[in-house]
Formats: sequence, C-alpha cells, structure tokens
Amino acid sequence: MRRLGLLCVLVVLGAACRQDMHDQPRYKALAKSDFYPDDRSARPLVAGTVARGWLRDDDALYKGRNGQELVTTFPFPITSEVMARGQQRFQIYCTPCHGRLGNGEGMVVQRGFKKPTSFHIDRLRDAPPGYFFDVMTNGFGAMSDYASQVPVEDRWAIVAYVKALQLSQHASVDDVPETKRASLDAHESPSEQDHE
Amino acid sequence: MSQIFHHSTNTLSRFSIFGGAFLAAGGLWLMLEITRSPYVTNAGVAKEQPVPFSHAHHVADVGIDCRYCHTSVEKSATAGIPPTRTCMNCHTQIWAQSPMLEPVRESLRTDKSIEWVKVNDLPDFVYFNHSAHVNKGVGCTTCHGRVDKMPLMWQEKSLQMEWCLDCHRAPEKYVRPKGEVFNVAWEAPKNQLEEGRKLVKEYKIRTRTSCSTCHR
Ligand code: HEC
Ligand code: HEC
Ligand code: HEC
Ligand code: HEC
Ligand code: HEC
Ligand code: HEC
Repeated sequence: MRRLGLLCVLVVLGAACRQDMHDQPRYKALAKSDFYPDDRSARPLVAGTVARGWLRDDDALYKGRNGQELVTTFPFPITSEVMARGQQRFQIYCTPCHGRLGNGEGMVVQRGFKKPTSFHIDRLRDAPPGYFFDVMTNGFGAMSDYASQVPVEDRWAIVAYVKALQLSQHASVDDVPETKRASLDAHESPSEQDHE
Repeated sequence: MSQIFHHSTNTLSRFSIFGGAFLAAGGLWLMLEITRSPYVTNAGVAKEQPVPFSHAHHVADVGIDCRYCHTSVEKSATAGIPPTRTCMNCHTQIWAQSPMLEPVRESLRTDKSIEWVKVNDLPDFVYFNHSAHVNKGVGCTTCHGRVDKMPLMWQEKSLQMEWCLDCHRAPEKYVRPKGEVFNVAWEAPKNQLEEGRKLVKEYKIRTRTSCSTCHR
C-alpha cells in the first residue's frame, strides 16, 4: 500500500512538471512578444533592405508595366493549368464581391458593399491584362489591393481567367466548334463546372 | 491463546484483495477518462474573442473561402490569422459603424494588432504542419469540425497524441479528394475505406508513426 501511495504522489508530481515543455521560451507563429514595443514577434522588414530572393526588378511581371505603359501581354505562357489555377483563385478572392460570373453580384455586395462595374462592358473587355493586374496590386477606388493576399503568379493567373470569363460571357453559339455544340445542351451551364 | 482476529476477517481479507484490484483498475480508468475529458483537453469550449468574429456568418452565410483569410494554409506549417487589413477589405462599408467592430477599426487606426485568443494549441514539443495535410487530402473539418456552424470558435478534437496516431496509422479512414479539402459540407461516402485506400495510393500517403515525425 505504501508503494502505491508513493506511485500516486509521483504521478501527481510528474503531471505538475508538464507545463515547462509545453510552453517553451520561443515564439510560435504570430505569437505576442514581450520584447518588442509593438508586441509583435513577426518582425517587419528593415527599411531599405531586400530579402534574399525578393528582388523585384522585372517591371512587366511585378508591376504589369513597361515603363509607364500597362502591358498588353502576359509575362509567362498561359497553359490550361494556369487557367484552372486562375479560376480557383478568382473564386476564392474575387467572387465574394464580383460574383462567379464577374457581373458584380457577389454575396458581399448583396449585403451592402458598393457594387463593382460588371467585367462585361466594352471598356473592360478592351482593357489590357496589365490593367487587371494593376487593380489587384494597387487597389481601385472602394476596392482594397490584394497584393498581400494573392501572390504575383496567382494574380496573373486570375487575369487570364477574367479574360476568358469575358470571352465566354460575350460569345455566341457560332464561336463554339461544330463538334462541341452537342455538349452545350448536355450541361446546365459550363461555368458551373468545378476545375478544382 | 485467544484468537486475535475474528473468523469473519478471512472473508474480509479475501474480499479486500479482490476489491483492491478492482479499485486500482477503476482508479486508472478514471484517470485516463479524466485526461481525455474536455476538462483537460479544452475540446468543445468556445473561446471569448476581442471581436465576436463568427465563422458561421462569414463561411456559411456569406460563403467566403477559408483561404481568403487563412492565406498560408496550403503552403506553410501555419494557417495564419488574417491581419486587420483583411477585415477592412469589407468592413470599410459593411457594419462600418457597428460598435462590435470598434476594436478592428481601432487596430487599423493605431497599428496595434488585434489580440485573438489561440484556440487550438499544441504543446511546443510537437511539430505540426498544415500544408503537409491539406495537400494530401485531409480536410479542415476532419480536424476542426463544422466551423461553418460555430458562432465562436472552439477546439473540436482532443489534439492528443492518440488522436493524431489514429489517423496516421490508417489515413484511409479520413482522406478525401483534394478538391473537397475546403468544402465544409463534405461527408464521407459509405465506402470510405475503399475510396480512402485508392486516394492513399494516388496521393502516395505513407503511414507516419515514427516518433520523429512529430517530435523533432
Ligand atoms: C470586397 C469586395 C471586392 C473584392 C473581394 C474584389 N473587388 Fe474588385 N472591385 C470592388 C469594387 C467595389 C470595385 C469598384 C470600385 C470603385 O468604383 O470605387 C471594384 C473594381 C474592380 C476592378 C476595376 C473595374 C473598373 O471599373 O475599372 C477590377 C478590374 C477588379 N475590381 C478586379 C478584382 C479582382 C481580380 C478581384 C480578386 C482578386 C477583386 N476585384 C476582388 C470590390 C471588390
Ligand atoms: C473572414 C475571414 C475568415 C474566414 C473566411 C475563415 N476564417 Fe478562420 N479565423 C478567422 C479569424 C479572424 C480567426 C481568429 C478568431 C477566432 O478564433 O475565431 C479564425 C480562427 C480560426 C480557427 C481557430 C484558430 C485557433 O486559434 O486555433 C480555425 C480552426 C479556423 N479559423 C478555421 C477556418 C476554416 C476551416 C475556414 C473555412 C471553412 C475559415 N476558418 C474561414 C478568420 C476567418
Ligand atoms: C469578404 C468580406 C468580409 C471580410 C473579409 C470580413 N467580413 Fe465580417 N462581415 C461580412 C459581412 C457580409 C457581414 C454581415 C453578415 C450578415 O449579415 O450575416 C459581416 C459581419 C461581421 C460582424 C457582425 C456580426 C456578425 O457576426 O454578423 C463582425 C463582428 C465581423 N463581420 C467581423 C469581421 C472580422 C473581425 C473580420 C476580419 C478577420 C471580418 N469580419 C472580415 C463580410 C466580411
Ligand atoms: C490534421 C489536422 C488538421 C487539419 C486537416 C487542419 N488543421 Fe488547422 N490546426 C490543427 C492543429 C493541430 C492546430 C494547432 C497548431 C498549433 O498549436 O501549433 C491548428 C491550428 C489552426 C489555426 C490557428 C493558426 C495556426 O496556424 O496555428 C488555423 C487558423 C487553422 N488551423 C485553420 C485550418 C484550416 C483553414 C484548415 C483547412 C484548410 C485546417 N486548419 C486544417 C490541425 C489541423
Ligand atoms: C485525419 C488524418 C490526420 C490527422 C488527424 C493527423 N494527421 Fe498528420 N498526416 C496525415 C497525412 C495523410 C499525412 C501525409 C503523410 C505523407 O505525406 O506520407 C500527415 C503528415 C504529417 C506530418 C509530416 C509532415 C512532413 O512533411 O514531414 C506531420 C509532422 C504530422 N502529420 C503531424 C501530425 C500531428 C502532430 C497531428 C495531431 C495533432 C496529426 N498529424 C494529425 C494525416 C493526419
Ligand atoms: C502523429 C504525431 C505524433 C507521433 C508520431 C508521436 N507523437 Fe508523441 N505526441 C504527439 C502530440 C500531439 C502530443 C501532445 C499530446 C497532448 O498535448 O496531450 C504528444 C506527446 C508526447 C509525450 C508527452 C506526453 C505528456 O503528456 O506530456 C511523449 C512522452 C511522447 N509524445 C512520446 C512519443 C513517442 C515515444 C513517440 C514514438 C513512439 C511519439 N510520441 C510519436 C504527437 C505524436
């Protein structure tokens, strides 16, 4: 009986030691810091420095511009993988406001946010890819920028998808190849398909 | 010489040996149950937050994807908590005057972070990685439950080692197609084991049970 009692005491004492190794003196991601005056353990970049691998001297890729002019082509080839990625990213970051069709009827708009212009007007159909990239990178009026949420390559993929969306919403049956027309009736609506 | 013990002590002593074994086993069982109970693991206890942020409203009603806010969940160990600016993408105009959102506006004005209370918290001696799971067909709801039904966030599972191992030993019980990882409404099909085995093969998932997987 005395042994059992001793064991119980040991177990209780053992349990009491747990916390030391549970909360070690290091930071987990985004944890509060007692050391820095702004309480953040995630440190901002020191002013005037560039992190290794983050030099962004390719204006066409990172700004969507050649000098002052908005680029009219894509900085890398658009494959079907890029297009599928673009659709997925568009549906994550843009549909809340612009809607799945890009007509500006998103859920957040229905709850009172300013209604964006539909993508399916002549001005935006004629706008170069660089324009869409620029809006996402720097924001536009009531829309904040998406530079911190959407990485550069994904932004270009979204541009490609928006361009495709514009075509698809401005097409007639004649644009569909003869052989594929039968499948139009088979599906409810092509835009409902998920490529994820 | 008279007897020290009465006759009845014979039965009593036999009984107490027997009873002692039961008592010890019962005590052990009770201890194990306690360590697994929400009292110790905190599972199911909704946490108060500085802003009453509701996943039920944002995910289920407004239909925002997890990745809109938890941007790093596919590519890094941590899912990330959205910065104040992300809230203000919408709340510059929606509920813009609401007192409920005052801490968010104050955070933007003063450039002080909102101090969210951590809900799921593994001990520091455990290594966990979101991208390793999310990219192999383990869905958010498998570990976090139906967040789209949580007005305030709580920890759904015990997060104990036996819980991790239950899946690491037999991932086919839980994996789903990659396209469904972010779908909160996904439910396991009737032939989950069969489908799961196919996916485990397709995604080249190995059973990871060596200690150094999680303790490194
Ligand atoms: C929170 C809602 C919201 C989200 C999310 C959003 N936008 Fe916008 N967007 C707007 C609003 C509102 C406008 C109109 C701004 C104005 O006129 O002041 C706009 C304007 C635009 C314009 C310019 C249209 C014009 O008239 O020239 C483009 C292009 C655009 N958005 C693309 C995007 C893309 C691409 C995404 C996804 C990365 C996105 N938006 C996400 C709300 C949003
Ligand atoms: C509009 C932004 C937003 C969206 C969309 C969103 N979350 Fe969150 N999430 C937050 C914020 C802010 C917190 C921190 C406050 C809290 O814990 O409720 C959080 C916390 C969490 C936590 C708990 C973190 C901890 O402390 O352990 C989990 C788990 C989580 N979210 C999962 C999800 C999942 C799964 C989805 C998609 C179905 C999702 N979230 C969509 C903003 C969002
Ligand atoms: C994409 C747009 C969007 C983003 C981003 C967003 N919200 Fe909201 N939020 C909404 C909408 C729309 C409502 C109204 C919901 C309703 O009417 O059901 C709302 C409502 C709220 C409310 C009111 C109470 C409630 O639960 O309905 C709070 C508080 C809130 N949001 C906090 C936040 C915080 C904190 C963040 C940042 C982590 C955030 N929101 C990010 C769109 C957004
Ligand atoms: C295999 C189980 C598992 C899956 C799948 C999973 N999580 Fe987690 N999540 C955890 C654990 C465990 C923690 C606590 C991590 C810690 O304390 O270090 C966590 C923490 C979080 C946090 C808090 C911040 C952080 O990164 O620590 C958020 C937000 C979150 N998860 C969101 C998500 C979202 C969104 C998904 C789906 C895309 C997801 N989780 C999928 C187990 C999981
Ligand atoms: C529902 C299933 C499930 C649960 C629960 C789960 N895991 Fe995993 N875990 C997986 C799968 C699947 C993989 C991928 C294995 C592979 O790639 O071969 C994985 C991989 C990992 C890896 C390897 C990462 C790497 O790249 O080396 C770590 C670490 C890990 N899990 C930790 C944990 C921890 C810690 C917990 C509990 C808090 C946990 N897991 C819970 C399914 C799960
Ligand atoms: C799949 C991930 C995973 C693997 C593999 C794993 N562990 Fe753990 N281990 C955990 C988690 C998560 C905890 C934290 C449990 C808790 O908080 O209650 C833990 C806790 C522990 C603890 C501390 C228990 C306590 O209560 O303080 C020990 C000791 C331990 N593990 C040993 C091992 C050994 C030995 C192995 C190899 C045989 C191993 N673990 C393999 C995830 C893992």
